[in-house]
Amino acid sequence: MIDFSRSHFDLLGLRPGFRIDAEALERAYRDLQRRVHPDNFARASDAQKRLALQASARANEAYRTLRDPVARAEYVLALRGVDAASETDTRLPVEFLTRQLERREAAEEAKDAHDDRALGALIDDVRREAAEARDEVARLLDASDPATPMRVREWRFLVKLADDLDALRDAQI
Amino acid sequence: MALFQISEPDQSPLPHAKRRAVGIDLGTTNSLVATVRDGVAVVLCDDAGRPLVPSVVRYGEHATEVGYDALAHAADDPHDTIASAKRLMGRGLADVASGQRRAYRFVDGEGVIRMATRSGAKTPIEVSAEILKTLRARAEASLGGALDGAVVTVPAYFDDAQRQATKDAATLAGVPVVRLLNEPTAAAIAYGLDNAAEGTYAVFDLGGGTFDISILRLTRGVFEVLATNGDSALGGDDFDHAIVDWARDESRLPALSAVDARRLLARAREAKELLTQHDAAPLIVSFADGARLELTLSRETFGRLTHALVAKTLVPVSRALRDAKLTASDIKGVVLVGGATRMPQIRHAVAACFGQAPLTNLDPDEVVALGAAIQANKLVGNRDGDDWLLLDVIPLSLGIETMGGLVEKIVPRNSTIPVVRAQDFTTFKDGQAAMALHVLQGEREKVSDCRSLARFELRGIPPMTAGAARIRVSFDVDADGLLSVSAREQTTGVEASIAVKPSYGLTDAEIARMLQDSFAHATDDAAARTLAETRVEAQRMVTATESALAADAALLAPQERNAIDHALAEVQRRLEGDDRDALSAAVSALNAASEGFAAKRMDRSVAQALAGKRVDAFDSR
Repeated sequence: MIDFSRSHFDLLGLRPGFRIDAEALERAYRDLQRRVHPDNFARASDAQKRLALQASARANEAYRTLRDPVARAEYVLALRGVDAASETDTRLPVEFLTRQLERREAAEEAKDAHDDRALGALIDDVRREAAEARDEVARLLDASDPATPMRVREWRFLVKLADDLDALRDAQI
Repeated sequence: MALFQISEPDQSPLPHAKRRAVGIDLGTTNSLVATVRDGVAVVLCDDAGRPLVPSVVRYGEHATEVGYDALAHAADDPHDTIASAKRLMGRGLADVASGQRRAYRFVDGEGVIRMATRSGAKTPIEVSAEILKTLRARAEASLGGALDGAVVTVPAYFDDAQRQATKDAATLAGVPVVRLLNEPTAAAIAYGLDNAAEGTYAVFDLGGGTFDISILRLTRGVFEVLATNGDSALGGDDFDHAIVDWARDESRLPALSAVDARRLLARAREAKELLTQHDAAPLIVSFADGARLELTLSRETFGRLTHALVAKTLVPVSRALRDAKLTASDIKGVVLVGGATRMPQIRHAVAACFGQAPLTNLDPDEVVALGAAIQANKLVGNRDGDDWLLLDVIPLSLGIETMGGLVEKIVPRNSTIPVVRAQDFTTFKDGQAAMALHVLQGEREKVSDCRSLARFELRGIPPMTAGAARIRVSFDVDADGLLSVSAREQTTGVEASIAVKPSYGLTDAEIARMLQDSFAHATDDAAARTLAETRVEAQRMVTATESALAADAALLAPQERNAIDHALAEVQRRLEGDDRDALSAAVSALNAASEGFAAKRMDRSVAQALAGKRVDAFDSR
């Protein structure tokens, strides 16, 4: 049976850490699915089918987590025993939140005024800040800095905000 | 009704004997069955050489007719001739637009839709089963025996209820389904393997009643669906109705009888098809009272009438691209699937949207069935060694109702399947002993805007203060895209689970009764049938175990090997008798005995994948 106690990195044969080779991840994921996917067991015993289903779902979960940079950062923290993404700790600096709320309002106004350029510029701004957060998180994780979880939460917030604003922009078209 | 054929127990089929595998495209307007013959996928035709089976069933005075025979009566016997049943799969009466309600005699009631016919009330599942039976008979005649496995296609945007309904229809028809496959993905297989394509492709699939758009990445033999979207109630049918509405307005037609309405609809469809080749088409209808309608429909007018319908297809396209984090310029090619994509206005819209002419070198009516046949051939084990791999997704998010009528999403749309995802919930009141779980599918936040899939209850939660219980709800979506849900209180282990039987589906008991009913009319009795099915299952288990032992016996300790051999011998002994229950018990025992073996083999597979053993090359056939 697939050892569910193994980490996602271990399962895919990758060295644990935030900085990963995206191509190696994809390759390892595909190779694993080629082995365990239920399509290989369509005529096998029920036990084998059930295992294939579990193993394949587990491979999907590992890939989904490691492919998404924010989820990967959270996962690396979790492996170190730090719960960055939990529902119990959602703290963010007040000034950060205030700034994002203002942005959201500005986006709504731009949308109402059909000012697509302003909306686009706002989205670019948020994306740039998210990219900065990503680079900083990579450095903080290398240094095992205690400020990492907070920065990861900010990063996640920015990515979500950018996606929301994209959706807002699309709805207008 | 033919029984599954079973070879003599001591003459088990050779492991490399070709198994009979088919792909079935169960369409809104037409259905097809295809197989792989001498390495090439081919559609199986009827005696007259016709590849399509019109998806029409007529419950006649003396017999049930399917296909062209039924279609011929669509106009003169409208209430007992059911067309486009696929649009009603997994749906309740409330989902049927008021305009469509006149088409059939719908039976009032909760749950699954029923239509009154000469042969009694029929669900869309039973109607679809008639079509599947016809396809099965055609395949068995052509392949010379009972089928070993079938891949049945469904629209990618079908929700859980619609998928389950399709699987139930196959069960009723005696079709051994090895996989439900999304139609655009099937098309991509037929297309990609034919062209040895690499890169990111879009499949634009406009059928008779459903629309799908899938974005796939093809890399070294892996077909990875990045995103899918669509509209399970938009198709070529709607273009016919647009012509009908126009004709009614143009000539101020009075309310038409069911017979006249069907005639007009049939002529409207012909006009639509003519406009693919011509700039104008006549619309001439003779009504039952002798009145006559004569109109000419130009391509330009048709384009204007259907402008909104065409635009409606482009919304899912942009959503799918966004979910895949791509833009139209990232798409290397656009494959057109479905007869409705023959319409020039659709081709123009697709070309404009993607900035390139769509690929049309495979017949849009056949490509789905061909891809399904290729996949079926692989799944039943007719191919050796490493092959292509499909990684598909679920089209719509799955979630649970929480306080305030809101939906908490547990599995987001476009998650690669199979997927297992769990989330913890807690109690709302002190001492709460039970929790009602309402499973929903859809993208909206409010329960009322999503599709209700099922409700079930977790009971026996021990008394705790509000918020203290930890109820873990787990969603398992299998490789067919079908959901099962379980709930477990973490501190006490109290458990409840259901395979999601949708609110608009049939219960297992209903399916069993329908199967019994269908046998009441056949010469074989139901007991013989279940014995035959158990034998097929037992034989499959014996073959699977033997081939596993032949490959990996070294993984087993002597006592494990002994237990498996013993259980195997018992199944083989019971196969010679005709005690169904004893055989069934022996199969269960073999399953239990080989569980550890299966786990070891799976472990080794994973280890081999990690050892970097890779197959980059893959041949296209």
